[in-house]
Amino acid sequence: MLVDFFLHLKARQLPVSTNELLALLEALEARLVSGSLDDFYLLSRAILVKDEALYDRFDRAFGEYFRGIEALPGFAPEVPEEWLELAARKHLSEADRLKLQKLSYEKIFEQLKERLAEQKERHSGGSKWIGTAGTSPYGHGGYNPEGVRIGGESVGNRTAIKVWDQREFRNLDDTVDLGVRNIKVALRRLRHFARKGAATELDLDGTIAGTARNGGWLDLHLRPERHNAVKVLLFLDIGGSMDDHIQACEELFSAARAEFKHLEHFYFHNCVYEGVWKDNRRRHGEKLSTWDVIHTYGPDYKLVFVGDASMSPYEIARPGGSVEHWNEEAGAVWLERLLATWPHAAWLNPLPEAHWSYTSSIQMIEQLLGKRMFPLTIDGLERAMRSLSK
Amino acid sequence: MKFQGTDTYVATRDLTLAVNAAIALQRPLLIKGEPGTGKTLLAEEVASALGMPLFQWHIKSTTKAQQGLYEYDAVSRLRDSQLGDPRVEDIGHYIVHGVLWQAFECDEPSVVLIDEIDKADIEFPNDLLRELDRMEFHCYELHRTIKAKHRPLIIITSNNEKELPDAFLRRCFFHYIKFPDKETMQRIVAVHFPVLKHELLKEALEVFFDLRDVPGLKKKPSTSELIDWLKLLLAEDIPPEALRAKEAKDAIPPLHGALLKNEQDVHLFERLAFMARRKQP
Repeated sequence: MLVDFFLHLKARQLPVSTNELLALLEALEARLVSGSLDDFYLLSRAILVKDEALYDRFDRAFGEYFRGIEALPGFAPEVPEEWLELAARKHLSEADRLKLQKLSYEKIFEQLKERLAEQKERHSGGSKWIGTAGTSPYGHGGYNPEGVRIGGESVGNRTAIKVWDQREFRNLDDTVDLGVRNIKVALRRLRHFARKGAATELDLDGTIAGTARNGGWLDLHLRPERHNAVKVLLFLDIGGSMDDHIQACEELFSAARAEFKHLEHFYFHNCVYEGVWKDNRRRHGEKLSTWDVIHTYGPDYKLVFVGDASMSPYEIARPGGSVEHWNEEAGAVWLERLLATWPHAAWLNPLPEAHWSYTSSIQMIEQLLGKRMFPLTIDGLERAMRSLSK
Repeated sequence: MKFQGTDTYVATRDLTLAVNAAIALQRPLLIKGEPGTGKTLLAEEVASALGMPLFQWHIKSTTKAQQGLYEYDAVSRLRDSQLGDPRVEDIGHYIVHGVLWQAFECDEPSVVLIDEIDKADIEFPNDLLRELDRMEFHCYELHRTIKAKHRPLIIITSNNEKELPDAFLRRCFFHYIKFPDKETMQRIVAVHFPVLKHELLKEALEVFFDLRDVPGLKKKPSTSELIDWLKLLLAEDIPPEALRAKEAKDAIPPLHGALLKNEQDVHLFERLAFMARRKQP
């Protein structure tokens, strides 16, 4: 009796419980609906789904099950052509762009290996060899929609798939105190006072009620003092495309430091993978396992990412997509893992909100976070904090 | 016993189904939706349609779950004891019944409205789990368990300001009131203004839905605001032509104060109207 349907919903990560299945069966037995699939859909939705944000997921799962369509795998492995089109730099003409050969990811690597073997000298321009200012997929300072960056700064369009040199990133400085007042005020919204610890404060209401209850004999009541009980994990994107936004991040970091007692920060580059680090200067030596982080901090922590989320879609969607190392699991898998551990999450993006729709990776991340991406402005912070304190 | 909407309340198919499921299976029904889509009204309409008494419990940030059950008025008892009032012997005199107690003791099936549950403390829903599940609670002062004579239909509304705990959600049925489409909106307006001129309604609805489509509004006008606005239009006797002059120089609908409640929104709208006007030759 609908057990398969139930398990299918469960497999689609809808939080349904056995109790609710029984309630649905009870409703069917009570003949609340008769034969119509539409009515059954409405009824099962009312009983099984408890959040309008999950309606869409339920609709898809319901459609899959009752149309018998093979479900799509969790994350579409193909990167749609349009994403790359979007990321393409404007200054190339349409004809130029068509001329460029679109190579698949594996092919790029294979050919890179071959060409590294073939190529012996420095190269500039042209469309095949690794070098600068050309349209070959390899090298830097040039244009190719799926390029691999080898050394140097990437020029503007930020879709290089691998940075092969190890860049020096500045540590985010938390002593900057200029102009952070606004940020502090916004962050203050997240503060949540709770009474914890030893009872030291006189509870006036409790004392009066207790005394009255005692028939007039004084009955003193004490209670613990209020403390800020919010715990925050801050994940900061550093280096690469974030270089432009360091100033904004430093300000945020400095404000956050003063505002919470429990604040842990971690750095990552572009997307979170199996390792994060706490000190940027020693990032290559002292990497922390993300698993350790997941197991260390309880679910009452709130998760805040700060990053521009601008990267190659591969860095999110594919194993091995990271620009710095070979990652066994895709960034999306790690992000989902983090979000499952700390459901209260928000992503702060220093890029203006109006530009988000032009970068496909921002949209992917936004989707992964369930639309909880906010601009790094006072209004955005306010919205983020409101969503976090729900 | 089935709810089908009333003369003054238009209920869509999905809403009636959710309400009827809650009635038949005797589970609480959680209602969410944009402000002004008739969440609170639903409980009143269900109660009147089914001829059941309605108990309302409006939640504030300071409301405690215990207040819905009962409160022990210790201060009155202390005063009475000092004055030598014989009533002081019976503690029952000082137990003030809450909404749920009244509903549980009611001799006929009733409807309980717990309005805006998300305003309360985060632990509030958890404190009501057993009460809503078993429809009973224990009164320690009287050493008595209060059990519902008839399980009341409990309707809970939320504005989504706080997330509700999972254990609580699992015990409820859930319905999200979508913003009505044009057709439903026409039915809703017809229910409220049976004699409204057809033309005026058409123009007004067009203005209304156009206004909802304006990007960047902080608070989109909702059903209740539309009803208020129509009331004003009728009271001022505005002709339908005045609404049609959308692209002409007075692009701002008359009495827009009823629809736009936010100063920034009014500014935004005036600016858009100004730009539209400049485009006109």
